[in-house]
Amino acid sequence: MEQGTWKLKVGLAEMLKGGVIMDVTTPDQARIAEEAGAVAVMALERVPADIRAQGGVARMADPQIVKAIMAAVTIPVMAKCRIGHLAEAQVLQHLGVDFIDESEVLTPADDHYHVDKRVFTVPFVCGARDLGEALRRIGEGAAMIRTKGEAGSGNVVEAVRHLRQIVEQMRRLTVAPPETLMAEAKALGAPYELVTEVAKTGKLPVPNFAAGGIATPADAALLRQLGAEAVFVGSGIFKSLDPKARAKAIVEAATYYDQPDVVARVSENLPGAMDGLDIRKLDEKELLQSRGW
Amino acid sequence: MVASARLRIGVLALQGDVDPHCAVLDRLGALPSTIKSVGDLDRIDGLILPGGESTTIGLLLAKSGIGAAIREHYRRRALPLFGTCAGLILLAKTIEETPDQPHLGLLDVTVRRNAFGRQRDSCETVVPVPLFGPEPLRAMFIRAPLIVGTGPNVETLARWRDHAVLVREGSILGSAFHPELTNDERVHRYFLDRIVTLRSPS
Repeated sequence: MEQGTWKLKVGLAEMLKGGVIMDVTTPDQARIAEEAGAVAVMALERVPADIRAQGGVARMADPQIVKAIMAAVTIPVMAKCRIGHLAEAQVLQHLGVDFIDESEVLTPADDHYHVDKRVFTVPFVCGARDLGEALRRIGEGAAMIRTKGEAGSGNVVEAVRHLRQIVEQMRRLTVAPPETLMAEAKALGAPYELVTEVAKTGKLPVPNFAAGGIATPADAALLRQLGAEAVFVGSGIFKSLDPKARAKAIVEAATYYDQPDVVARVSENLPGAMDGLDIRKLDEKELLQSRGW
Repeated sequence: MVASARLRIGVLALQGDVDPHCAVLDRLGALPSTIKSVGDLDRIDGLILPGGESTTIGLLLAKSGIGAAIREHYRRRALPLFGTCAGLILLAKTIEETPDQPHLGLLDVTVRRNAFGRQRDSCETVVPVPLFGPEPLRAMFIRAPLIVGTGPNVETLARWRDHAVLVREGSILGSAFHPELTNDERVHRYFLDRIVTLRSPS
């Protein structure tokens, strides 16, 4: 009997496909998310919109919060560690979380290196803005990739940009002659073996999800149509006026992303989406997506 | 085999690992199609309920009316059904601890969700299946359920550590593990050859 294998890590990511993963900060929110149909919850101390507003160093959540949320629901529980903070990752693995998000939403702990995710038995998800970043994270052992988008912004434009970029770069590789792939790997800053694999299959070797700025059912439907296999919704649910209704609506939209009649029906009379930010008006230093290397 | 004789197998696509099931069906020469609406059920010879989150899929089964439609197809024409992991939970008559979560309740078993524990307790192992011959089956249990009780008409095809993990009752097949994630196609082949083919009007 083997545990913590690569297949088991990617296998759990496979099980989350087509679903919605929701940020929660309390056991009550976790139960609301589960009842609304979330496939997993992300246990946090603050949602990204609050982290952005309050500033300061954002760290792994208090273990007590993570444990209380794990006790409250039967669905998988994820939690975030800082980029490169292997000790936070070890703590989360010890607590028994089902997935660790090595996340740019928290303040990076290492400005050169990410966590070596292969030595952990718990699977990791990491953010990416382009194919090179995605393949570097997979090379380090990430079992799921999500777009970074711009967390806590309520603005989907960055997630769309990152997903389109990754999809377009993969498409280009599928028609690239074999002798060019080493140069492509060099240009992408990505492991050659993973580049050749993408060139062959046209997709990432792990599930490819979208995150960052998703606030409405139509946002979820958009990213699913652009190729995301599931969506993370952070601040978008519990920063809206009726989290329960919005959570349910986004779950349906993630499944029926290709049926506008359903997306229209679930979008109707949905009280106040979270306030959004114009990314162009943010200072470069305020962007969370540029964290990670 | 001529194209018209290919078995049309639906894979419930509300949420979960739909693609791996479609890939196995493809390799075995069946014709997979994804099922997201009640009308999709009319055109299939059998239906697979994939792995995923049983709470999510159960809610969507209820909301979409597909759940009631599956029960109707099962009652009217014994539509062959095969559930893996979350799919098994949804087929079960009784779910321990969360008995009220929406499910189909067609297979006379009691299941225990997350019976192994959390993801760190998920495992890859081998499971002997006497029916399939001496070579054991490679099995992946991912936050998997176990079958803790079976009704009188349920045939246990495989056990692992004192619990049934592969069962059949009439035209329903259920596995606690994920045969779609390994290269061993014997469980899907059994579903196609021994359940779907025998039930389909030629």
